Amino acid sequence: MKISVIITLKKDVLDPQGKVIHQTLDGLGFDNINEVRQGKYFEIDTKETDNDKAKAKVEEMCKKLLANLVIEDYKLL
Amino acid sequence: MKSSVITFPGSNCDRDMDVALKKFGFKNKMVWHADAELPKSDLVVLPGGFSYGDYLRCGSMASKSKIMQSVINFANSGGMVMGICNGFQILVETGLVPGVLLRNKYLEFICKNVFVKINDKKNKYFKNVDNDVLEFHIAHNEGNYFCTNDQLKEIEDNNQIAINYCDENGNIEDQFNPNGSIKNIAGIFNKEKNILGMMPHPERMIDTSLSGEDGSLFFKNLINNLK
Repeated sequence: MKISVIITLKKDVLDPQGKVIHQTLDGLGFDNINEVRQGKYFEIDTKETDNDKAKAKVEEMCKKLLANLVIEDYKLL
Repeated sequence: MKSSVITFPGSNCDRDMDVALKKFGFKNKMVWHADAELPKSDLVVLPGGFSYGDYLRCGSMASKSKIMQSVINFANSGGMVMGICNGFQILVETGLVPGVLLRNKYLEFICKNVFVKINDKKNKYFKNVDNDVLEFHIAHNEGNYFCTNDQLKEIEDNNQIAINYCDENGNIEDQFNPNGSIKNIAGIFNKEKNILGMMPHPERMIDTSLSGEDGSLFFKNLINNLK
C-alpha cells in the first residue's frame, strides 16, 4: 500500500527558497501570486495492507525522521 | 586527555579536527559511524562536513546512525560533546541542543572568517579564555539558527548562548550576522553546558602561517579545563 506525505515549513518559519521561486515566477509574468511555500513529497510503499495501520506507521516515521517538528508540518494524503 | 572524533560518510573536517586535537595534547581516536561502542573519552567531537550528502535535512541521517546512541548516552551522563558545523546540525537533529539550522537567509554558501563574541565563560569550553572576541572560520549553507519563541526564552533564561556573530570589537549587530541566525547565534549549549554546538570551525584557526591562532587559544584552553 502506498502512502503519500507532504512536508512543508511551518507558517511562521522563513522560507527563502519559496521567496526566490515567488520572485522568479513574478519575473516570468505570473504577477498574481500572494505567496509561494515549498516543501517535500514522499511516497512510501509499505507491506502493510491495513490502511489505518499503514497511516499510523507513516505518521510515526514523520515524527521520528521525515519531519523536524520544530520547523516543519506533515500531512498524510 | 582522550578524545574521539566520529567519522560519518561525508564528513570532511574529521581529519582537520584530529590534527588540531593532537596538536594541543589530546590522544585522539577516530571512530566510524557504524561502530556501536565509543572508546573511553573525555571529549567527543562531531566534525564538519556533509554527512550522508545532507540528504533529507542536514544531519538528520547521521543523528540516527549506530554510534549516535552511544554518543547520546555519553552526553546525557555529563560527557563533553562538541559539534562543529555539520556536527552542530547533527546535535540539533538528535535534540541534544535546542533549535534547528535552516538554509542561510540569502541562500548563499558562506565561506569566510568571522568574529564571534563569547557570551558565557562559566563552562569548560570557554572558561579562562582571555579574549572575549575570537576569529573563526565558517563554511556552510545551512547555518541559520532558528528556534521557537518558547525555546529562545528558555535558552536565554538558562544562559545557553555560547557565542554570537559580531565585529572585531565584539559589537553584536544585524550587519555582522552572516546567515540570518536569530540573535546572531553562532553556537549554543545544552542546559548543563557539557554539550556545545557551533557553526564556526576553531580547527581551521590553529596555524598562523595558514590562517590564525584563535583556534589554538580555544583548544589549549579546552584541554586545560578538562584536566
